[in-house]
Amino acid sequence: MSNSFILLMTLLAPVLALFIIVFIPREETKMIKIVAAIGTFAALALSVFLFFAYDKSVGGLQFTMTIPWIRDIGVNLGLGVDGISLPMLLLTNLIGFTAVYSSWNIDKRVKDFFVLLLILITGVMGTFIATDLFIFFLCYEIVVIPIYIMVIIWGSTKRVSKEYAGMKLTIYLLIGSAFMLVAMVALYLNASHQLAVLGQGPTFMFAELAQLQYDPSFQIIVFGLFLFGFGSLISMFPFHSWSPDGYAGAPTAVSMIHAGVLKKIGGYGLIRLGVLVLPLGGRFWAPIIAVLAIINILYAAFIAMAQKDLKYVVGYSSVSHMGNVLLAIAALNITSINGAVAMMFAHGVMAALFFSMIGFIYEKTHTRNIGDLGGLAHQMPRLATGFMIAGMAGLGLPGTVNFIAEFTIFNGVAKVMPVQAILGIVGIIFTAVYTLRVIANVLFGPRRAEWDHLKDIRGPELVPVVVLVFVIFATGIFPNTLFHLIDSGVYTSGLAKVLETVGQATIGGLF
Amino acid sequence: MFKEMHNLFQWAWLIPFLPFLSFFIIAFITKRSKGLSAAISILAILTSLCLSIGIGIGVISSGAEVVENPVMSTVNWLSIGGLQINFGTLIDPMSAMMLFVVTLVASMVQIYSLGYMHGDKGFSRYFCYQSLFAFSMLGLVLSTNLLEMYVFWELVGLCSYLLIGFWYFKVSAREAAKKAFVTTRVADVGLLIGIVLLYTKFGSLDFYGPGSLSAQMASGFQDFALIGSVSYLTVMALLVFIGPMGKSGQFPFHVWLPDAMEGPTPVSALIHAATMVVAGVYLVARMFFLFDNASPVALEFVAIIGSFTAIFAATIAIAQDDIKKILAYSTLSQLGYMMFALGVGALTASMFHLMTHAFFKALMFLGAGSVIHALHEKQNIWDMGGLYKKMPITTITFGIGVLAIAGIPPFAGFFSKDEILASAMHSGHPFIYAIGLFTAFLTAFYMCRLFFVAFLGEEKPENHPHESPKTMTVPLIILAFFSVVGGWAALPDHNFAYFIHYGVFEPEAMDWGLAAISVAAGLIGIGLAYSIYVKKAIKAEDVVARFPGVYKLLKNKYYIDEIYQWVIDKIIDGFIAKVLYWFDIYIIDGIVNSLALLVRGTGSGLRRFTTGQLQTYALVFFFAVVVFYIVLAVGEGQLAGLNPLAMLGGVK
Repeated sequence: MSNSFILLMTLLAPVLALFIIVFIPREETKMIKIVAAIGTFAALALSVFLFFAYDKSVGGLQFTMTIPWIRDIGVNLGLGVDGISLPMLLLTNLIGFTAVYSSWNIDKRVKDFFVLLLILITGVMGTFIATDLFIFFLCYEIVVIPIYIMVIIWGSTKRVSKEYAGMKLTIYLLIGSAFMLVAMVALYLNASHQLAVLGQGPTFMFAELAQLQYDPSFQIIVFGLFLFGFGSLISMFPFHSWSPDGYAGAPTAVSMIHAGVLKKIGGYGLIRLGVLVLPLGGRFWAPIIAVLAIINILYAAFIAMAQKDLKYVVGYSSVSHMGNVLLAIAALNITSINGAVAMMFAHGVMAALFFSMIGFIYEKTHTRNIGDLGGLAHQMPRLATGFMIAGMAGLGLPGTVNFIAEFTIFNGVAKVMPVQAILGIVGIIFTAVYTLRVIANVLFGPRRAEWDHLKDIRGPELVPVVVLVFVIFATGIFPNTLFHLIDSGVYTSGLAKVLETVGQATIGGLF
Repeated sequence: MFKEMHNLFQWAWLIPFLPFLSFFIIAFITKRSKGLSAAISILAILTSLCLSIGIGIGVISSGAEVVENPVMSTVNWLSIGGLQINFGTLIDPMSAMMLFVVTLVASMVQIYSLGYMHGDKGFSRYFCYQSLFAFSMLGLVLSTNLLEMYVFWELVGLCSYLLIGFWYFKVSAREAAKKAFVTTRVADVGLLIGIVLLYTKFGSLDFYGPGSLSAQMASGFQDFALIGSVSYLTVMALLVFIGPMGKSGQFPFHVWLPDAMEGPTPVSALIHAATMVVAGVYLVARMFFLFDNASPVALEFVAIIGSFTAIFAATIAIAQDDIKKILAYSTLSQLGYMMFALGVGALTASMFHLMTHAFFKALMFLGAGSVIHALHEKQNIWDMGGLYKKMPITTITFGIGVLAIAGIPPFAGFFSKDEILASAMHSGHPFIYAIGLFTAFLTAFYMCRLFFVAFLGEEKPENHPHESPKTMTVPLIILAFFSVVGGWAALPDHNFAYFIHYGVFEPEAMDWGLAAISVAAGLIGIGLAYSIYVKKAIKAEDVVARFPGVYKLLKNKYYIDEIYQWVIDKIIDGFIAKVLYWFDIYIIDGIVNSLALLVRGTGSGLRRFTTGQLQTYALVFFFAVVVFYIVLAVGEGQLAGLNPLAMLGGVK
């Protein structure tokens, strides 16, 4: 299939840009930025093409490419997308492309910055399109390195120092990956024993791993390890505290990518590796995940209300929103998993927009302290519009894709855990409170003379607003464009079948 | 006939779509041109008005058929495993009536705004929001299912937020907008929970049609006890009702509506008097089958909340001095009226009052706006006086509004209010009837207080009022016309009740006895206001001096806002959020950091062993060899198991 090369090209577009940048002199900062923009745009354009070219009626993995790599242990260079990973791929490239423009005004070690940014984007993309567990893990590890360096060099010191933030972020990612590695090896060994009995060689391919039957107690232990690893990544309580500190310390582009997509690897992994491969483990852990998810939603929302730094507000809000994803995964049914994937997409777009706008505010005013800002709508109406749309999407206003994702999740969850669903819905009150406070205190109020010199966002700075706002509303007004894809992914990846067998047990509740 | 109408009704989606188009064009193209933006917005809403009139005529000429069979046209909006939602339009007499009311008032308000908002910096932005509101409100009216309604429900809430905070540089406006959004959102949570749980049970959110909620409830749905002895449907009805309580400002969610007066006055007229705030009443009317199938507790609850709000808000209105605040509390009170009408089972009366109230309350708000405009933003009625000489049109039209709300025949309010009171009496709710009657008296009193003080009385020399321009007075005249004749829809054979009713239609004759009583209550209210504020036979100051505590309580709106503020400041922000944040930083992060410290401590402890000095290593090495030698020499035999080679072999 010639189409399979499109996926590879998508992955390699930023890499190509990276190689070109390596040969551009340091001083040519404009050129470096343009090349980075072109590279990420190519990846975005290709993933948009894939998004529409994917055949939803057939479903399953498409645009696949499997090249044997290390035959002895069964590693394949496997790429492919289905309805679950394709939205994530699109999300990655949307955010990658807009992150370049959000970093347009960077002037410190420009070349290094964009090289690292492109590595980061490639790594994240790789985790989503990998069909092989080994490649998945490899790409995940690639991501860790640039993040650390970028926070340390381009980050900002607020409540905590940027070194602390960078260290915390990295260590959490690594601890998470250590547990994932153990789980992965255990899964691999168990699978290769089973395959050896059948007379087949070992494999890391997701699809083949999911075909096998694992012992329930094995599933419980390995799922637990994955839960620890992916849970840290998706900032599940009590492993969330890296997230606000990390975002606050990181430069804008890293906050965007981290909150927008990197975090979602946790949710994606829990679905693709956890629920799909180890359904019985999932059923065992679901009640615990549900409780932690509720804590995520309410606890983080309350803390967000007490924050004074803009990035901390959004940081805690993203912890709160990830609670919705975890709750959906815990509900273990088709509707809720649909909602979980959609929520990851919706939150990614919204968080990227939010961090991008905060980045511009910080860049222009040199403060993120809510008390010092105010009335910015006077001087920067366009930025205010973007900020406000991000806020409205965050609080789940209908018309934005975030509302539909939340509604789908609550619907799915209510089928099996009505009480938890109700608690989750109650969370939207507090989301509204802190979001509206931030909007009111930053954008509205009397004109402040000290901000009169600020210039509204213009030119390249407008790209993130335009692109992300368009996506928020396009998928929010016509949800089927996104949801049909996810739905086909849930049905044809085998998830639906798995969920039907494990998802029937109603977990507590008064109905 | 019905077939042709059917085709006409399929074009109903154009009615909300045109304002949406206008919103889009203004936001992206014509924003810089004030005149063009306003023209596009007004053109769109006037076209929608014409279409609505067309639909209205269609509904009336289709007669009984459309009453029994609402016309729906839908398309799929969201379809995934376990969740199917269609969006579309629903035409029946109720939605046709609402379409007419909304487009009429919206057109009048937009035309009026040409004058009122003249010279404002955000003129285009204002019309942009107005168009968005018209779209959302019309979408809400035409909704075919609960989720579609919820979507537009939130969108009208957004528009309300944007328009209350239209003058965003004012701190008061900013805070009022936030308060409105948050308060209604708290209530919406109840509605959303209800929607989600209803869908889980019924697998549909449609109002009517095969497989819809109403169809399933009508055809043998077995209700069951859910919490204690309270049945499932009752709980659902109560949950769904919480949303309307917020949107329609019922106690205890009423606090946002008076503050919402921070928005431009035409906005108060349109959104916070005539249309958006009645969305709650409309939703309950649409979902009436749910309340009807639930146990009587549900409707009793609606009736109690409604009647309490009616009298509660009316008492506050007596002691207010701000012209817009008086009207706002009056709106709350009238919304309470519509709610308790539903609670006593009188859907027709409620909808009828919704319609007439929209006409006369929008009229009075626009009249108030005309006054405020003339007096350069003065809103205290005691700063006004003698306006009738300089502003005859405003005074006369406002007077019509006052007579209408006071329930004096033949004005519109007489018919609808009387129908509500009669239904309360006939359905066996004498207590609620009494509250309603007393509220009618209070309403007449405080509205006349407003009218006498502001429009009659002595002229204030510092004021130089002038009649407003034609763009403002013509809408006043048109609304005044409807405030007079709107109630006559009760008179013909195929009257309002024939088209809009729940269950089987039974023509009901006017109860002239009860009507006489309520007119008397209104007249007593007017008379009392006349003797206090015109004749000054009774001194207002004396009354206040006799009941200082009561006056203070009313003046301060029963301190409800203060109580809420205290809970938010002291409990939520001051305690819960702070404690949790402390927990997060010192406990959760404390554990993380102490783990890190532990690792670091272990590391720096172990570092002592890796000094890099060869001498130290040699020394350790030497001692180790000595120890090994002693162990091996002394304990040969017993310690054979420790033989490293043997161990490796054993593991292999």
